[in-house]
This record gives sequence, structure tokens and C-alpha cells, in this order.
Amino acid sequence: MVKENLVKDVVKEPYKYGFVTDIETEKIEKGLNEDIIRLISQKKEEPKFLLDFRLKAFKKWQKMKEPDWAGLGYEKIDYQDIIYYSAPKQKEKISSLDEVDPKLLETFDKLGIPLTEQKKLTNVAVDAVFDSVSIATTFREELAEHGVIFCSISEAVKNHADLIEKYLGTVVPASDNYFAALNSAVFSDGSFVYIPKGVTCPMDLSSYFRINSGDSGQFERTLIIAEESSSVSYLEGCTAPMFDTNTLHAAVVELIALDDASIKYSTVQNWYAGDEKGIGGIFNFVTKRGKCLGKRSKISWSQVETGSAITWKYPSCLLLGEESVGEFYSVALTNNLQQADTGTKMIHIGPKTKSTIVSKGISAGNSKNSYRGLVKIGTKATGSRNYSQCDSMLIGDQASANTFPYIKSQQPNSEIEHEASTCRISEDQLFYLQSRGIEFEEAVSMMVSGFCRDVFNQLPMEFAAEADKLLALKLEGSVG
Amino acid sequence: MQSQMKESDPILEVENLSASTDNLPILKGVSLAVYPGEIHAIMGRNGCGKSTLSKIIAGHPSYNITNGDIKFLGENINSLEPEERAQSGIFLGFQYPIEIPGVSNLEFLRVSTNARRKFLNKEELDTFDFEELVKEKLEIVKMDHAFLSRSVNQGFSGGEKKRNEILQMALLEPKIAILDETDSGLDIDALRIVASGIKKISNSQTGIILITHYQRLLDEIKPNYVHVMSDGQIIKTGESDLALELEKKGYEWTDNFIKET
Repeated sequence: MVKENLVKDVVKEPYKYGFVTDIETEKIEKGLNEDIIRLISQKKEEPKFLLDFRLKAFKKWQKMKEPDWAGLGYEKIDYQDIIYYSAPKQKEKISSLDEVDPKLLETFDKLGIPLTEQKKLTNVAVDAVFDSVSIATTFREELAEHGVIFCSISEAVKNHADLIEKYLGTVVPASDNYFAALNSAVFSDGSFVYIPKGVTCPMDLSSYFRINSGDSGQFERTLIIAEESSSVSYLEGCTAPMFDTNTLHAAVVELIALDDASIKYSTVQNWYAGDEKGIGGIFNFVTKRGKCLGKRSKISWSQVETGSAITWKYPSCLLLGEESVGEFYSVALTNNLQQADTGTKMIHIGPKTKSTIVSKGISAGNSKNSYRGLVKIGTKATGSRNYSQCDSMLIGDQASANTFPYIKSQQPNSEIEHEASTCRISEDQLFYLQSRGIEFEEAVSMMVSGFCRDVFNQLPMEFAAEADKLLALKLEGSVG
Repeated sequence: MQSQMKESDPILEVENLSASTDNLPILKGVSLAVYPGEIHAIMGRNGCGKSTLSKIIAGHPSYNITNGDIKFLGENINSLEPEERAQSGIFLGFQYPIEIPGVSNLEFLRVSTNARRKFLNKEELDTFDFEELVKEKLEIVKMDHAFLSRSVNQGFSGGEKKRNEILQMALLEPKIAILDETDSGLDIDALRIVASGIKKISNSQTGIILITHYQRLLDEIKPNYVHVMSDGQIIKTGESDLALELEKKGYEWTDNFIKET
């Protein structure tokens, strides 16, 4: 039917963030070997324990095999054809934002993340990462007054080596999986957050990751530690230029929450997704995990995944502390030839632990969108509970949606609930809205954001508006 | 017969309209003209093409017009999108109003009302002004404010869905309203509320087409004309007493007209 075709067209929108910043960069040669890793470590003036951490990870990685269980189809990645360190050339030591290359500031301006004192966002502290390095972090002094540390991880390695040595790799060990091992060997930059005991972080913290260079991978590493009775809300955004080659992004994020601490981690992922023929786009292989170490600690993941040619991502929670809580709220939108395999793992170890999973997958075009999740309740996790809800929405008749829930319970005294549904935006629903004067595109986007409401409600307010707009943009296009 | 000696131009004119879906002809030459202030009833067996006629006038994409014209305020609207028709003042009250999960009824009504207002060059309403307007209109259909915070039609009873349709009609103030079996599934009280709502909204400048099986709605809203449809055609047109006769004699009686023609 006529409208069925229109639905296919409607999910087209040119990628707004596809520009390249023309800037002189310092790149090392392509390829991956021990010397390269030593070189990265040396460039970052790292202590020995970190070099050892990297080399050990590299040895493990060499023995590992790229996972294929997600059934994602992509051309084999040549790991020797990637540049593992690329940084814009800047003065050696930057003491203030005034010394940051104006081109870089302009880039972040264009992305809607102004960094300069006059223009910076008033209620969010931002760490801006450009290719392999952190460019600037705003509001550092204000945060420091509260004892909050928010800086690039490279800086943390220099100034807070004890914390890094104590926690790095304790949530996602280098041997955890192929991409985590790779990241552990070559990670370049990312954010570090430390919230001291009893402190509620006075503002949202945010990292903005920008890939600029076409032939280098981005391997960022983020570590967030929330001490006893502290809390923080952290946001993450990502964009990249349009290249007709694929760029590898393999990040690791580790969260640690101690007694009564809470961490809310929100992502809006809008990496370049490739064109309608599936050419180009980011390969997004990410390991995100939080450890609820303390009693009554809480880790909440919310994500809006709209970009990347391939998304392979399972933000998870290890619920060790008694009565600790894990949450996962996800919206994944795929279009054209995008493939997303995303979900979560909720590992209940401590007693009376609780987890909630709400996943909304929207597949349009010829895309493939899968939810893959594991709920595991261990022998000691008496009285634990999980609730999962996985809904899929199909737009058009060429897209596919799958749900792969894995449930393992070793504890009879626990409760696990799983609900799943699949729906299609029906012609009748669209006609109903249209017959009330609502434009076709707006009708589609109303229904999609209605479908995602449960998840959007979990996002920080400004982020929710942005996510709603982003989905609308992705769904906007040439109708008729 | 009705088109002679009218003082004003018709709001809606359907001229010799034929239409099909999946190459199956459904309408086979329907003609109908609705003038300001008129109420028309269309009756007929299930499957005779009544609902199809209403959907085609509203622009449903599943049907192809194979012959004839639909004119609204003198303009041919055959190729207009459904939303353009709605914005310009054509309203279709659905026989089975559609559920839209996750979309709040209030937001839906506001976006819809503003689309119509924009067309009329009226100022679009923000959430506060709209609250005021909708409160007033809720009175007409005796609906509770709580309906607004629910998802569009989701979990509504049959009667609530129909009242929600009339609420939309009240907000959109259409030039012509086609109400497809709005009376079906209503108890007597709900029927009265709906009927009195329709009467309040319509006036000497608007036209109404009631598609119905039952006399009881026509007792409440007396039509100027009654059309009987069969197999995609209007086989008989009369005044309101035709409906009474039909109620007595049943549709079998009308089968004779087909034989005659």
C-alpha cells in the first residue's frame, strides 16, 4: 500500500554532525603490537603499573577470538589497519580554556556543547573528548569545592594514581571479552569521576565523545566511583563525521557504588550510522558495567541508541551489596542497514537485590534490532527480584526485531518477571492521527515517542527533550 | 432532488464516486450533496459501502478512487492527504476509534486542535490555554478530566471511545462531520449524551452525515434526508420518515428497489 512505502521514506534524515574538523593531528603509525602500546603509554607519561596492565591485556587479547554469537554481519576488522592514537596538536600544557585551539572549541560549539566560560552550559559540567584526548573539562573548581573529582582519565592517572590502581579493571577485567581486552591494552582517554563520601554531586556531569579522524579508532575508558552515601548523575553523548569507511569504537565504562551510593548513567549515542546502503558508520563495541558493591547501592543505566552501523552493547549491573538495585532503561532505534544487539546483564549476587529492565527497540528500513539480556540470580541472592519488559516496534515490513532473554535462577526464593511485546505502527493508527489534522511525519514521531515514554521518563530532563528531538529528527524525512 | 433551489453552495458534494480496494470495487457511482445546516442519514446493510464512503471522504489511503469526484466547499479534494482534509474542516467520527498506546489523549487533542487552528489562521494554543478550552468542551460530552491523562482511547470502554470522538469534533469545529455508527455500542444514557453533543456542535453553517443502523439515534437527531445504500450505491433517498419505514420493513424491503433499477 502507498503509505507503507511512505513509512519507509519517513525514517530518513541527513546526519547533522557529519562534518570533519580540519585540524593538525598527531597520529602514530597504524598497527597494533607491544611497541605501539609502549608508545601510547609513554606519550601519556604513565606509571609502570598501567603499562603492565596494558601489556597484560594485550597478551590476553592476542589469545582471544572476536565474538560472533550476536550474529552481526560485518566485514572483518583488520586490527593492524587502525591508528590507535590520534590527538589534535596542541601546546604541551594547557592551563586554561583560552589556550585550547579555537577550532576545537568551534567544533564543540557546532555540536551544541559550548565549552568557553561565557557560553558553557550552566548546570552541567562537561568533559570534551576529541579522538584520543580530553580537550577540556568545565566547572572543575566548583566541583572541587565539594571534593568531587571530574577530569580526564589520563589526568587521573597522574594525579590520583592510587584510585586508578585500586579500581581500574575491577569491574570489567581485561580478560572479560575481546573488545574489553583490546580497550584495556590501548585505551587513550575518557572521563574519571570520584564522588567523596556523603556528597551529592551539585550538578550533572557529562562527557562528550567526538570521533574526528577517519582511520583511527576510539578507545575511551571511563571510571566512576561513588563513595558511601554519595550520588551522581552522569550523561554521555557521542557523534562522528561521515566517512565511507568504518571506524572502530571500543569503549569500557566501569562504575562502582559503595554503601548507599547511587550512580545514574545516561547515554545518547548518535555515532554516524552509515548511509542508506550501509556504507560507512561506526562499529560500536562497548562494555559497560557497574558494580553495586555496597549495601543499598544503586546503579541505573539509561540509554538512547540511535547511531552506529553496529551496536554491541550490554550495560550491566553486578548486584553484590545487600538490597542493592540495578536498572536498565533503553531505547534503540535502527534504520536502513543498521544492526543493534543491545541489552543488559543483571547479576544478582547479594540477598534482597532488585533489578528492573525496560527495553524499547524500534526497527525501520532493513535494519536488525535485537534485545539480548541475562538475568541471573545466584545461590545467595535470597529474596531477590527482577522485572523485565522488552517491547519492539516495527516500522515498514523489511525490518526485524528479536528478543533473546536469558534467565538463570539458582535461588528458589526469588522472583523473576519477563514481559515482551512486538507491535507495528499500523496504517489505521496513522490514518486516525492524520484524520485529526496531524501531519504524517508528526504522527509517526508521536507514536514512536509514545512508545518510548517509559524510558524517556528516566532520562535527566534536558536529555529527555534532546532524545525526543533526536528520534523525531531520525524519523523526519521526505514524505511523498 | 435535493440540489434544486438551494440558497447557498453545498459544503460537500460527492459526484458519481466509484472506488476500490485491492482491485475490488466497493463504491459504484455514489452521488450526494450536503448543504449548510443539513443532516443526512445513510443506512444500509453491513458491507454495503457506508463505512467505505466515509473513509474515502476522509482520505483513507487503502482505497483508490476509480471514477468521480469529491468536492469540499467547491474544491476537488480527491488528491488531498487526510490531514489536509481534516485541517480544512472534514471530520470523520470512527466506528471503531483507534487505540494509540503511549500518546496522551490531552497532547493528541492539543496537537490536533492546533493543526486545525493553524489552518484557520487562529493562534495556536499553549498547554494552559488549551486546558481551558478542553475543560469547556468536556462538559458537552460529560467526560471526566481524567480521560485526558490517559493514552488515546487505550482501555476506554466503547461508550468512552465514542464520547472521545465527539469531544474531538467539538474541539475541531468541522464544516462537515461524518459520524460512522457513532451510536453503536452505546447505552441509552450515553446515546443521549452523544446526540445532544452532536446537536450542540452543529449549527446552520455545518453539515452532518450520520451513518447508522438504528432509528433511535435519528429519534434524537432528526435528519433532513435519509439515504439507503446497497452494494456500493445509494438506491433510495427520502426524508426522515424513510428511516421509520425502513425500521418497520427491514432491508429486504429495499432489495426491491435494486430490482427496479
